[in-house]
Amino acid sequence: MGRIVLDKVSKRFGDVEVIPPIDLVIEDGEFAVFVGPSGCGKSTLLRLIAGLEDVTSGQIRIDGNDATNLAPAQRRLAMVFQSYALYPHMTVRKNIAFPLRMAKLDKAEIDKRVANAAAVLNLTDYLDRRPGQLSGGQRQRVAIGRAIVREPAAFLFDEPLSNLDAALRVGMRLEISELHKRLATTMVYVTHDQVEAMTMADKIVVLRAGHIEQVGSPLELYRTPRNIFVAGFIGSPRMNFIEGAEAAKHGAHTIGIRPEHIAVSSEAGPWSGVVAVSEHLGSDTFFHIHDSGLAETLTVRADGEVGFRHGDRVYLTPRDDQFHRFDAKGLRIE
Amino acid sequence: MATKASRSAARVMMAPAVILLLGWMLVPLIMTLWFSFRNYQPLRGGDLGFAGFDNYIRFVTSSAFWPAVVATLVIVVGALAITVMLGVLLAILLDQPMWGQGVVRILVIAPFFVMPTVSGLLWKNMFLDSVNGLFAHLWKFFGATPVEWLIENPFLSIIVIVSWQWLPFATLILLTAIQSLDSEQLEAAEMDGAPVLKRFWHIVIPHLSRAITVVILIETIFLLSIFAEIFVTTAGAFGTKTLTYLIFQRVLESQNVGLGSAGGVYAIILANIVAIFLMRIVGKNLDA
Amino acid sequence: MARAVTQRRKTFNTALAWAVGLVIFFPILWTILTSFKTEGDAIAYPPKFLFFDWTLENYSIVQDRSDYMRYLWNSVIIAGGSTLLGIIVAVPAAWSMAFVPSKRTKDILMWMLSTKMLPAVGVLYPIYLMFIKLGLLDTRTGLVIVLMLINLPIIVWMLYTYFKEIPGEILEAARMDGATLREEILYILTPMAIPGIASTVLLNVILAWNEAFWTLNLTAAKAGPLTAFIASYSSPEGLFYAKLSAASTMAIAPILILGWFSQKQLVRGLTFGAVK
Repeated sequence: MGRIVLDKVSKRFGDVEVIPPIDLVIEDGEFAVFVGPSGCGKSTLLRLIAGLEDVTSGQIRIDGNDATNLAPAQRRLAMVFQSYALYPHMTVRKNIAFPLRMAKLDKAEIDKRVANAAAVLNLTDYLDRRPGQLSGGQRQRVAIGRAIVREPAAFLFDEPLSNLDAALRVGMRLEISELHKRLATTMVYVTHDQVEAMTMADKIVVLRAGHIEQVGSPLELYRTPRNIFVAGFIGSPRMNFIEGAEAAKHGAHTIGIRPEHIAVSSEAGPWSGVVAVSEHLGSDTFFHIHDSGLAETLTVRADGEVGFRHGDRVYLTPRDDQFHRFDAKGLRIE
Repeated sequence: MATKASRSAARVMMAPAVILLLGWMLVPLIMTLWFSFRNYQPLRGGDLGFAGFDNYIRFVTSSAFWPAVVATLVIVVGALAITVMLGVLLAILLDQPMWGQGVVRILVIAPFFVMPTVSGLLWKNMFLDSVNGLFAHLWKFFGATPVEWLIENPFLSIIVIVSWQWLPFATLILLTAIQSLDSEQLEAAEMDGAPVLKRFWHIVIPHLSRAITVVILIETIFLLSIFAEIFVTTAGAFGTKTLTYLIFQRVLESQNVGLGSAGGVYAIILANIVAIFLMRIVGKNLDA
Repeated sequence: MARAVTQRRKTFNTALAWAVGLVIFFPILWTILTSFKTEGDAIAYPPKFLFFDWTLENYSIVQDRSDYMRYLWNSVIIAGGSTLLGIIVAVPAAWSMAFVPSKRTKDILMWMLSTKMLPAVGVLYPIYLMFIKLGLLDTRTGLVIVLMLINLPIIVWMLYTYFKEIPGEILEAARMDGATLREEILYILTPMAIPGIASTVLLNVILAWNEAFWTLNLTAAKAGPLTAFIASYSSPEGLFYAKLSAASTMAIAPILILGWFSQKQLVRGLTFGAVK
């Protein structure tokens, strides 16, 4: 069980309010991702849940019990740190066994659980090595192993993949998702990478400057972003924003249209512009269009085979049902 | 990582060290201050009442005071000059590529680990003695009359002993500083055509200035209170009575605690003046 | 740093450095040599360097007559005890400063260092008096306490700098894993900081071993360590060079060996991090 409720939780460091009062519910078994640009307070929020920082006001409940003033160890939460935070002087086996040793489990039980975790994480051959002798991905797995042996109420991940290279990151992302499916335990995951958020989350919490901008499933956030910030943060490449006359036509201060919702052709379309850069990814091609008279740059996604070059004039056709409309404050207009 | 729990734990865990040091500093300091205003002579009737500033005045007006100040200054300045200058040269020498660098380093550092009473005695007897000392032998070899070093040149003798002890310290710290000098800087200067001496003066010395300051400050604090070296060699005779030694004699030998305590207060003030400069440098480094 | 050095220059450097090194080391070397001579050879003119009748008798005489072992034992107890006690007090304090820093941490650290600058002679009588009142004069306990206190700032300081190098996340991980504060320090911090703790111990044993103000002024025959043992040779006994040398060699040998291992830490410990 692991239902985490934040009830008007806030945090100040001295005079600086890093997190204004926040309400948030993370359901049991849910994979919740806190995402936002660096400095948005997502890590602080995670540390508040972990108990590594005190809340300034409000209440944190885990499975209905008030955990606000409990020590980290008493919250039945396990955490995987950005730097992995492995104990360098202990073997992998001892690292994984450490929380069990602290919990005063008997030796046979410890051995059994360590062996299980090692098998799940493909670490069996490395149990007698020290962290210094492992690769980044292996260290990451040891850190996860140390977390799962405790059978915690919830897992907390603090940007766990940011120290890995790109290829490994994709692999570990899948492994963590798979682990979540298998364990069906609540996971709270902090990242600045919206791709990680979109691919892994059941529920995404978008944060900016300590505020929750929006909470919802990846597709909700993608389809109906509540404001310009969320619209711009979720989705890759970024949504195009257009102000002025074109927006006024739609009865909005700003309109947004995603690159994948604009068709590009050499013949005709309501908008036109000149290709500045084309990025060929093989499966897709991204065109960065200048001189459209709408915005400085419009980004458009096309099929991988479409081959416009720098300087070509192209015509753009946005899909009318895919416009997002925002008012002068940046809020969504339904 | 700062929760209320960890902050209060931190306070509890810091308490023993803070309380011990606070007690170690305050209790004797207050007692010394108290005694310094009393006419307190344990062997001649004990505490004979309030003395006002008499002790302070008597301490600085006694015939032993100025010679002690001079002795202290001569020894401190002399030893500082020798250790810093030789230290810089030695550090530069040890920084050069050579065979057996590690061994040479060990040879040079060794005197620092010799306890002060040992270095005092071995210099006094085996080197400076006018009959059997090695220097006497050397003088005889050249047909000169051996010198009673500790009597005829007491300051020089003590400065040599103290410098021998502290040269390793200066060398070691300056060597550490030199090794942090970017060799590209020197090579660039060489490319620019700066001759060796110029390079030394304009690049090496400025780079070392901070380390030299630290050496001077730390050595000063230690040298101001050298004791054992004098205790076992001249025992304060032949004009080598430093402030520290004078206070020691007043307090423990002639048991004039009031007078000695007033001297102690002077010594504390003196040391604090040096300490303030040192703490500034250390403090700056803490921020970095 | 690829600087071509001519063989000639390297040879010259080597010769010069070795010459200077030997001159500086000579008093120690001479003492060690003399300790193996007969008294007659020790003062012979011209001096005998290597060609004399090597003998060990000085060592046995010194041991028989002045009970070297007792002084040695006192030194070991005082240097070891004060360092150990200092470490026990300093580890929690350094943990606090390194991992739960507050606005006052720096001030406390600086203040601790400043107590180290207090000249001993300024507080000699109060300490002396307290030692008499508390029955600590000429006891090993008394010296252990005093030397612990005078070295405590250095111990705290050194441990603090070593602890600062340990990432806080690892300690947080231990806390998440259910370790109590005691377990966190015992199982995680201390093992990780072993090299730093070892260097701190080494340097402080050396400093305590060689301390020669309090050890001379607060002891007599019973608790005197080797510094006092050697000081007793400042009387005419010192004229027996071979025996003085044997006694000196025995007094400095243990620490000379330890010292050679701790050169690097020496800089860190004695400059309070002002030189790196």
